[in-house]
Amino acid sequence: MLEITNLHATVADKPILNGVSLHVPAGEVHAIMGPNGSGKSTLAYVLAGRPGYAVSEGSATFDGRDLLALEPHERAAAGLFLGFQYPVEIPGVSYLQFLRESLNSQRRSRGEAELSGAEFIKLAREQAKLLGMDAEMLKRPVNVGFSGGEKKRAEMVQMGIMQPKFAVLDETDSGLDIDALRIVGEGINRIMRAPDKGVLLITHYERLLEYVRPDCVHVLQAGRITRSGDIDLARELERSGYAEAAA
Amino acid sequence: MTAPFPTRKQEEWRYADLEALQPVWEQFAEPLTLIVGPGESFEEVWLPANDDVQVRRIQLALGTRAKARIFALNTAPVYGRLELEVSLAEGADFELFGANIGTGLSTNEIVTTVKHVGVGGRSRQVIRSVLNGKATGSYLGKVEVARGAQQTDAEQSIKAMLLDRGATANAKPELEIFADDVKCAHGATVGELDPMQLFYAESRGLDPASARALLLEGFVMGLWDSAKDGDAIAEAARGALRRVSSSPERGGGPAKLVEGASCQA
Repeated sequence: MLEITNLHATVADKPILNGVSLHVPAGEVHAIMGPNGSGKSTLAYVLAGRPGYAVSEGSATFDGRDLLALEPHERAAAGLFLGFQYPVEIPGVSYLQFLRESLNSQRRSRGEAELSGAEFIKLAREQAKLLGMDAEMLKRPVNVGFSGGEKKRAEMVQMGIMQPKFAVLDETDSGLDIDALRIVGEGINRIMRAPDKGVLLITHYERLLEYVRPDCVHVLQAGRITRSGDIDLARELERSGYAEAAA
Repeated sequence: MTAPFPTRKQEEWRYADLEALQPVWEQFAEPLTLIVGPGESFEEVWLPANDDVQVRRIQLALGTRAKARIFALNTAPVYGRLELEVSLAEGADFELFGANIGTGLSTNEIVTTVKHVGVGGRSRQVIRSVLNGKATGSYLGKVEVARGAQQTDAEQSIKAMLLDRGATANAKPELEIFADDVKCAHGATVGELDPMQLFYAESRGLDPASARALLLEGFVMGLWDSAKDGDAIAEAARGALRRVSSSPERGGGPAKLVEGASCQA
């Protein structure tokens, strides 16, 4: 489903990714762990197409399509979703308007019918409720005045509304308390655990993985994958740290 | 007799397009006077017309505890000027919510003089400009607080968004205060669309033009929130924003010209 081969990327001419190769088949959840500055967020941004993140070598395909040749909005329409580590505030634009226009834009480019205002509000309310978020918050400007945890929860509500084929979740667990962590973990399973979907879950901590249960855990260090294993690798990292694991 | 034609040496005409004004000067030379009586309320929405040159020159006198609220959209294709001279008697309340939205070579400006004459007056001016191409958008706003006009509360909030290297925003708040117990705040910023907001919106599926239009809508549309009947001006502003954001010149350079400081007085 997602095939990354020997990916090199630079940010402001500084090499950050130095040959990442990774294959996430449909139906699987892969976790990426790694120390600060190892390139985890850069990988997420490169996959989503953030301007300024330049690929110097290698490839990334999504369902056989050259992902790197697509504009960010085309990647979204193709079914890719990025859960942001730091969700962005947009004053003056309500969450409902933002998500309805985004979703309908995706649907238009896929040749699907747009959702009416009423249909969309029903969908948004359902997804907010499933993630324990007050639907009234969706009337507020995008992420403005939201706490760190509320922003992360709202990212998951967005994912539930968009129903992507593949999600790259960049530290969705940071800033969440224990209850919210469980709700978000269950949300990821509910929305993304399906034979035709896939997830790349970037995290610092093993705790979220106890809820989401990845099929594979990779360690990213200095811009390349240094180890891969099952959830036991995550548990080992939690105990001994990255320095030991690299040895 | 017609008033003399202005020159650019006059501060309040400094950024004006006088060449465009010349042929139509006679019809605008005399400002229109409006009087709002004691305790009365006045609310008006000023929509743009279809003319290349659009000028409104108004003198507004607010009686004791009178209220006036004006919503104005300035989006002339060549030259637009909204000129307001307001005087506030005791306890009067004045609000102006205005937008300059320009593209091409247009010049749009809002020029105000707000005179606090009586005690306890309140004035609030909120101006947003969105400029593309080689357009110029200006706000020149003078607040005068007369001797004895204590407990005056005056506020000016001016923000401009430049979508193109060639666009120019001028912001010039000015204070003249002859009383010692007053609150006069003014803030001015000139900026560009935030690349991270654009990326966030695009990552959710909006194409670049739609993402820009949505962010600009957020920047401007809050102006009309308190209007009793804001539908027409909201629709006109949306149309104007679509026109300026559909000529995409992404990136853009730094603000070309910034006048007036971002500050609290």
